[in-house]
Amino acid sequence: MVETKRRNVIKLAGSAAALASTGMAGILASGRTPAFAQQKTVHWLKWVDFVPATDQMFTKDMVPAAEKALGIKIKLETVNGNDLQPRITSSIQSGAGPDIIMSFNSFTHLYANSVVDMSDLAEDLSKREGGLYKYARAICSDGKMFMGVPWAVIGGMIAYRKSWLEEAGATKFPDNWEDYRALAKKLKAKGRPFGQTLGHTFGDAPGFTYPYLWSWGGKEVEADGKTVVINTKETIESVKFMTGLWKDGMDEGGLAWDDTNNNRAFLSQTISATLNGASIYIESLRKPEQYQTEKGKPLNTDILHAPLPKGPAGQFGFHLLQSNMLMKYSKNQDAAKEFLKYLHTEANYRKFFESQKGFATPCTAKWESDKLWDADPVMTPYKVAAKLGQAIGFAGPPNAKAQEVLSKYIVTDMYAKAVQGMPAEESVKWAESELKKVYV
Amino acid sequence: MAVTAVSGAEIRRPVPRLRRLEDERWLAMALLFPTALLLGLFIAYPFIEGVLLSVTNQRVGIPGEFVGLDNFVKIWNDSIFRTTVWNTFWYTAVTTVFKLALGLWLAMLLNRHFKGKALVRAFILLPFIIPTVLSTFAWKWMFDPTFSVINWTLFQLGLITARINWLGDPDLAMTSIIVVNIWRGVPFFAISLLAGLQTISPELNEAAAIDGARPWNRFWYVTWPLLLPVTMVVMLFSVIQTFADFQLVYVMTGGGPANATHLFATYAYQLGIGTGLLSEGAAISLAMFPFLLIIVVVQLLYIRRVETR
Repeated sequence: MVETKRRNVIKLAGSAAALASTGMAGILASGRTPAFAQQKTVHWLKWVDFVPATDQMFTKDMVPAAEKALGIKIKLETVNGNDLQPRITSSIQSGAGPDIIMSFNSFTHLYANSVVDMSDLAEDLSKREGGLYKYARAICSDGKMFMGVPWAVIGGMIAYRKSWLEEAGATKFPDNWEDYRALAKKLKAKGRPFGQTLGHTFGDAPGFTYPYLWSWGGKEVEADGKTVVINTKETIESVKFMTGLWKDGMDEGGLAWDDTNNNRAFLSQTISATLNGASIYIESLRKPEQYQTEKGKPLNTDILHAPLPKGPAGQFGFHLLQSNMLMKYSKNQDAAKEFLKYLHTEANYRKFFESQKGFATPCTAKWESDKLWDADPVMTPYKVAAKLGQAIGFAGPPNAKAQEVLSKYIVTDMYAKAVQGMPAEESVKWAESELKKVYV
Repeated sequence: MAVTAVSGAEIRRPVPRLRRLEDERWLAMALLFPTALLLGLFIAYPFIEGVLLSVTNQRVGIPGEFVGLDNFVKIWNDSIFRTTVWNTFWYTAVTTVFKLALGLWLAMLLNRHFKGKALVRAFILLPFIIPTVLSTFAWKWMFDPTFSVINWTLFQLGLITARINWLGDPDLAMTSIIVVNIWRGVPFFAISLLAGLQTISPELNEAAAIDGARPWNRFWYVTWPLLLPVTMVVMLFSVIQTFADFQLVYVMTGGGPANATHLFATYAYQLGIGTGLLSEGAAISLAMFPFLLIIVVVQLLYIRRVETR
């Protein structure tokens, strides 16, 4: 047996200390896992798709095919959209996590320091597919680099009940706010109000309040991204109109709705119209027996879609834009890039596009004329979602500050406060003071 | 160096390795070490990290610079933060009073003898046992603006004609989360106080009864003073937990409508994770600390006074 001497122990302790001090960092710095797992693994974190068929398509077909074609292992993980941000934060802070992470809207700007420039892929995509829409470019690029590869837009359109609107004398959905309010008032009198959330939700609330503000001519900040200009006649006008609209024609429970409440309310026939992704319609298509109108017809034959109405300053939309970010800490950046290229080849992207049946609108012009949009006329309005979209922070850039305003729900709360009884001038002043703290 | 000077004169002798542990001080140290390590790793380290974070301007992925107390000045001037402070105090105070009153009442009832006592005691614990997120989702449904079963019941009973907007109205939303917190917290009070009640010898109450004391007097002059130390400890735990509550509000309202239900933890999360302002989030979390410290110190002093009385 080897005799244990103090000197040996010290030596051993020394090397142990050396190992401890380099430790994980040492292993990470060398860029390779010790001794095993030589096959490269790419870990992709995305949201749980609202269209289940898409996730099935990925796990059953696309991922195995990509593994075979690229000679890598792919780990696909899906989480609830609300849980993406905590995962991104913890991954970046700990320097380890998924190689590719799906971004919602301006996450790209928020995490710009921690992602790899994807200009080559994005520009190539733009060239091949008839040009990236301005909206996708603004959200994914800061002018110097692409923080993510634009993936798709989940369009927000108003889903409405054709027959109920007809009964109230409307042959098509109103295209301006005055008519919208008048129609909502008529329908609310019959116990069929319009429904809209003004709660703390990432999707439907800002999807309504931002375009609404813009359509009245309001904006949070000038193009310089510094001068706060929310407190204008136009904004105050828009807030006053919203308060009246709420009393006249909206389901008053909307103040507390999350992104799923309006789906349930619409499907259980308590509201006649609501801004939403196509998920209400898709759900009614999936279960025609369960969702029927009061006359016993399948509900899906009585749903149509329309964009948000026009205001004095124009017509706008704000939709959820998804992109894929390649993280700087990733040890498999080359393989991950190859995988993203693979996903964006026309044949592969088409599989995704078709599985969505119009729920997701691609970010390039080419797909606008695709025959998929003719297959179901109810879905046709969604084809221009990405084209008409405007990014948050308008008239400034959709950068980290604009994202801060969004995640503090300042614009939405400005309307919510007024609806709850605060005078319009005061709620706008409140929003102005909050915005000034962000845009310093 | 000293090491080279003595290295030649090494004396060999068997080292009694465990001899040291015979000394109580060393033994105490050895036994304390695992706990101290755990506390250090999972409490002291995150706390210190939090303090360091709050005096920088760090964002996610961007190492910050030292900015002193800027973040605290910033949140002090933040109207949402001031709302948050008020909300948290109101939420904690109201729920604690109700949890104590209802918990004590329940404990007194459970302390009596009746059939199926064990079963009832087990059932009482249910709200406390079910994972908070799960039960809160159930409550969320009950307060749902469109499908609220509470509204349905009140409507069927003819007590209301229009829907009550439970989570949409700022005051009702606060009331709603308070109700859920009380529902979840009462069992903890009840069971802990019941344990306290059972340590009180029945003879004391019997003696008082023989002396002609009425039930209320027996409670006030015999049971309550003996139960006070336990009550104070239970309250201490409850206040700390309620003050730092997160899940319940996050699930029910997300801090809305218009920030009417934000608590420290939810607002810190919104800023730290939602906006990537890690340092400001940390500052908000830490702002809880002085308030809690004062509450805890006052309560601990009171407990000591009660115990030495």
